[in-house]
Order: sequence, then structure tokens, then C-alpha cells
Amino acid sequence: MDLLDFFIRNRSEVLQLTLEHLLLVVVAVSAGAAVGVPVGVLLTRRPKLAKPVLAMANVLQTIPSLALFGFLIPVLGSHGIGRLPAIIALFIYSLLPIIRNTFTGIEGVDPAVREAARGMGMTDWQLLTQVELPLALNVIIAGLRVATVISVGTATIAAAIGAGGLGVYIFRGLRGGGSNNTLILAGAVPAAVLALGADFALGWVERSLAPGASAATRRFGKWALGATAVVVAGAVLFAAGSGIMSKNARHIVVGSKDFTESRILAELVAQAIESKSDIKVERQFELGGDLCHRALLSGQLDAYVEYTGTAFTAILGHEPLTDPREVFNRTKSEYETKFNLEWLDPLGFNNTFAILVRGEDARRLNLKTISDAARYVPQWRAGFGQDFVSRKDGYPGFVRAYGLKFREAPREMDLSLTYQALADHQVDLIAGNSTDGLIEKLDLFQLEDDRHYFPPYEAAPVFRKTTLDLYPEIAPALKSLAGKVSDAQMRKLNYAVDGDHRDVKDVVREFLSSSP
Amino acid sequence: MALRGHPSSVNQRVTAETNSPVVEFRNVSLSVAGGKKLVENLSFTVARGETLVLLGRSGSGKTTTLKLINRLLDPTAGDILVEGKPTREWDAIKLRRRIGYVIQESGLFPHFTVEQNIELVPRLEGWPENRRRERVRELLDLVSLDPGTFATRFPRELSGGQRQRVGVARALAADPPIVLMDEPFGALDPLTRVELQREFSALAARLHKTIVFVTHDVREAFTLAARIGLFKDGRLIAAETPSEFAKSNDPEARAFVETMIEKRSFATEPPSTPG
Repeated sequence: MDLLDFFIRNRSEVLQLTLEHLLLVVVAVSAGAAVGVPVGVLLTRRPKLAKPVLAMANVLQTIPSLALFGFLIPVLGSHGIGRLPAIIALFIYSLLPIIRNTFTGIEGVDPAVREAARGMGMTDWQLLTQVELPLALNVIIAGLRVATVISVGTATIAAAIGAGGLGVYIFRGLRGGGSNNTLILAGAVPAAVLALGADFALGWVERSLAPGASAATRRFGKWALGATAVVVAGAVLFAAGSGIMSKNARHIVVGSKDFTESRILAELVAQAIESKSDIKVERQFELGGDLCHRALLSGQLDAYVEYTGTAFTAILGHEPLTDPREVFNRTKSEYETKFNLEWLDPLGFNNTFAILVRGEDARRLNLKTISDAARYVPQWRAGFGQDFVSRKDGYPGFVRAYGLKFREAPREMDLSLTYQALADHQVDLIAGNSTDGLIEKLDLFQLEDDRHYFPPYEAAPVFRKTTLDLYPEIAPALKSLAGKVSDAQMRKLNYAVDGDHRDVKDVVREFLSSSP
Repeated sequence: MALRGHPSSVNQRVTAETNSPVVEFRNVSLSVAGGKKLVENLSFTVARGETLVLLGRSGSGKTTTLKLINRLLDPTAGDILVEGKPTREWDAIKLRRRIGYVIQESGLFPHFTVEQNIELVPRLEGWPENRRRERVRELLDLVSLDPGTFATRFPRELSGGQRQRVGVARALAADPPIVLMDEPFGALDPLTRVELQREFSALAARLHKTIVFVTHDVREAFTLAARIGLFKDGRLIAAETPSEFAKSNDPEARAFVETMIEKRSFATEPPSTPG
């Protein structure tokens, strides 16, 4: 079975992500309880507030989680990615069930009992702590239980903002062209198990604390509750402690975007630094959108690997250029003046659109460049991804630059499917990614862009200048990576991870040791 | 709860009545928002060691009067003096811990054992544990419950009558000079009720507590009262000894007395059989 196999091969990562997931949930729900229970108590003392406060908690509950994460990024500024915003969002979602159950639990205490307590001279605090809370405890636990189950589910989405957890697998599975069911299940199944486990355990505590339960069961329930509280406190302290410790040590954070190649390159940078210095490198991988760039600006990341073409057009907002040197130099100098960020030397390969034909055709017709192929194009059919068809630097400019005319209008299909379609003779030419591992695997041939139509997408590490100043050994340590990764090597690395499902760390370690 | 000989109790009661009152109401009214008066212009005293029974229909103001004494409610006009001091000058918590309180359905804490329920006020008052434990045994003996059997039980493991006995023991725990009782036996079956009334009446005489007891059961009032205070529509319309009350011309008092006579006659006459 694929899934079982995956778990066995990746058990340490699965365990780590599960623990991360649990940490998010535990910290958020604990914070929710620390705020929600007192608020619920307050509402029993100020019943007029109950309606508006519960209504507000209800509204917070209905905010879609992605929208809430998106909203928190600018609000939290330099802490907008990672665990903090995830915990805040989960905390907000946990409030409603906790407040509501605390309120209704205390309201449900027999009025005769409350009157007796007050009549016997209990202070309001004694009434609350010795009578109302103990009697409402099982209802409050029921609220915690609902909050926990909701949080376990919602926490999977937190992977989108770099909070880690089991959502990492789910997002990885959804990306990478054509969804990967094994990966999605690898995230979803443990998350479901966590949710069910929490539901069962807290449900048991809830029942054992019900006023009708036997004395021994109640004692055991309280004991279990106490033990849980100790574990939670320990986890929180540990998390806080390790956060502080890592701040003190010689330590940098390397990020990656949310696709395989970016993770491989970030790992490459991380391992190169680790092997040549005593700096500890924390990995903050799989950040969506332009989060890496923003996190670099805010100081949450010290480095990640960016592509010149992306930086030049998407971040700096220029029209695409085709000369790799010019793009790199202009990007580098503008990054320095605008952002105080430093581009190191490109790693070598160029991840641009690759015009691909079958290897057999290339050999038979002796094709090397796109110009060579131009005369066969009128007999060929083309298949392109939607992205290539619609982009300014894609299809329209491409046919104009080379004066091409296909036999029929190119078929639009999902990018991941075009490779196989080409290999199966359904189409004769496609535009893939130059570093895709399938190129080698399916014996496809990349025609050279001899008219330099496609803008360059050279990958290079981008660092905060302050980090490089603080750790002068980093730049020399990465010198050896310059120009080290060819297109073909990048394809192999990508295929090792995507095709062979191997661990990024191992793949990178092998690569570094095989090519000193 | 058998009466153990206490020959001086009668004398004490006589002398106590000559002392200053333990509880005194002076023109007390309580009105709620909207102007409705729950009680109106109450003036009466309760002497040390006396049992005053407040009798009246539901909603006549008896329970409200009781709650004014331990400051669960505060009056909107007039003064209530407890041991000579106006209640508004008492710290509410201190006042309540000097006043035992028993309510219908006992109000026992369901998550506390019998022992924990009884020792509550002593614990709040900071008594050391061994003294509390001793006191619990003493009180369980007093209300005729075997400490070995009952101390560790939870309220749900007791019968209704046992619960009320625990309720009484809890009210007496810190030896308060005053005990307030709000229909404590109201929810019991008739046999248990009579049994507890008798035992309690003996206990009250022996312990020499000042007791204010609320009921709508006129027979209970006659069993327990030194004086009966009759309530109607938030007013105290009479405060008399049981024998005076039995002879009263007041229509409300007559109505109550007649129910007792009817019940008695019904109970003594055998049901008519056909033929």
C-alpha cells in the first residue's frame, strides 16, 4: 500500500509534522481556554454582555480560515508568517465553543445550590471556584473538545503560511502538477486520527467529570485533566524555550517557496552553510505566493533562492528582458538599493520555458535549436499549459519571434499532462519547464532558444545584507555553489524527489558529496 | 435525633426573651423595579432562642423576609438589625457565616461528600482539619446519621430525608447563633416530614438557637413555633403564640386553622364504605 509505504519511509518527517500540528492546536486551544473561560465567567456575572459577546465570537467563527490568515499577515507585520499567525487564527476559532460552554455550563448550575452557597457565606470567588466551575467542568470540557477538533482540522490550512504541521503534505500533494493522492492522504489521515483521538480522549474526560459519575471516576478524570494541563504547560514552555534558545545561538533561517525545486535549492544552501560553518540553519519551507520575499524584508527569513526573471518582472515590476546578464545585474543592484538584499551568484541552471520535442524526432531530424525545428512546425501539433498560452512572454510572442505556424491551434491542457501527451505522440511539441525531471525520464529533447526569446529564470540565493555582514563566513561558503547545478542536474534532483519520492535532505546530501 | 435531657432549656428560653432581640425589623419594605412591593412595612422582633415561624401562602413575602436577614436581599426602606447592628453595616460574608441556612431540596453541593458539605463553613472559617472532622462526626450523631456510613457518601446516594438531615447538620456546623430555614421539609413524604419535624423541634429546644422558619404548612407551624408570624400580600398581619393564633379572628388566620381541622377530621374519620 502506497500510504503505508510512505509513512515507513518518511516516519521521522511524519512524526515531526504531527508534533508540529499538535503543538499548534495545543497552544491555540490552551490560549483559547485561558481567555474563553474567564470571558464565559464574566458573562454569567454581566448577563447583558452575553448576547453581544457570543454574537461576536460567532462572527469570528465564520471567517474563512484563509481569509483570516491573509488578514493577519499585514496586521502582524514581521510576524506575519509561521506559527504565530496560525496560532492566533486557531485561538480565535476556539473562542466561541469555549466561551459558550463556560457560560451555559455555569448558568446550568442548580439555583438552589448557588443560593445555598451564597447563603452560607461563600464569597463570589469561592462560589465560582468551589461550586460553579467544578459543577460546570464537564460542560466546559465539552467546549474544549469541540474547539480542539475544529483546530486540528483548521491547522492543516496553516501550512500555507509556513506554520508547518500535517497540512504541509496536503498542500504538497495538491501542487506539483496533477495532484498526488498519497501525499494528500499522508497529511489528511494523521490529521483525522489526531482529531478523533482528541475527541475520544476529551469526551472520556468530559463523561468522567459529569456530576453523575462515580467518585473514583471523577477523581481519575480530574487526575487526567491535571496531567493534561501539566503536559500542555510543558509543551508550551518547551516551545517558548526552544524559541528563545534558537534566537540566542548562531542561527539563521532559510526559506523556500512551495514547490519541490525551491525546497531542494533551499536545502542545498542550508547544507552548504552547515557543512562549512558552525551556524545553525532553521528551515522555513513551503511558503506560498510572495511570502518568501515579504518574510525576507521583515527579517523572518535570512535567505531563500529566487529566480532572476521572477524578481525582475514580478517583484521589481519591469517588462521582461531576455539577456541573462543584464537581468541579473539590474536585479542585483536594484535589490541592494531598494531592499538592502544581496544576490549571490546564480547556481547555474535556467528554469525557463523549455520547448520540447521527442528525443527520437530530434535525433532523426537532427534538431538542435528552435530555428532548426521551424520548418517542421507546419506539420506538427502543439500542446501547451494554460499559463504559457496566456502569458505575455509565452505563446503569442513565441510564435512571432520564430515566425511559427502550427498545423492547428495548439491544444490547451494541464501543464503536467503535456509531457506524457508528447511522449504518446498526441502532440509533437510542448512548452515545459526546463528543469522538470520528466524530460529525461520520457526521453524528451529541449530545443535551444537560439533567438533568446524566453526571459531567463536563473536561480540564485538572496540574502539579507545584515545577515551576510553578521556572518561573513556565509558568502565564501556558498561560493562553491555558483554555477554548480546544470539544467540536467536540476532535472535529476527534481525527479528524485517528485518521481522517486525521496527525501529532499538525502537527495541534496548525495548531490553535494558526489560533486565536491 | 432523640432529645437528650437538658433541664435548663426551658428556663433559658424564659430569660432569653427578656434580653434584647437577636433579629429586629423596623419598618422594612422591599420594592422591585416597577414599584411592586415584595414586602411592605415589616416590623417585628425575634428573641434569643426563640423559634419564629413565618406562615403564609406562596408569594406572600415569607422567603423574601428570610433573605433580608442574611442579606441575600437588601431592603429599599427601613432597617434590619441582627444582634443590634443594622445589616447594611454588617459585612455580608461575615453576617452569613454567623447564620445557618437550610433551604428546600437542601441545596447540598452535589460534587461534595456529606462530610465536605457539612464542614463547608468551618473550612471557609479556617478551622484545622482534625477539629472539622470531629465536628462532622458530632453533627452526624446529632441528626441521627451514622458517621461511618454517611460521611463519605455523595448527596445523590441519600434519601430525601437523609439529605435534609445533612442540610440541617451543615447549617449548624459553625455553631451559628441564628438559623434560617426555608421550607426545609417541604419536599418530603408526609411520614418522613412528621418524623423530622418532631426531631427538629426537640433539637431546636435543646440547642437554644434563634430560628426563623418559613412554611406554608400550618401543622408544621404549630409543631415548631414559639410564635407564628402570618404573612399576607407582603405584610405581616399577626405575630402570635400558637394558642393565640388558633383563636384569632383574622380571616386569613382562620383559613389556615380551618385547613388543619379539616385535614385532621379527614384523617381521623374512616372512609365511608358502601352499604
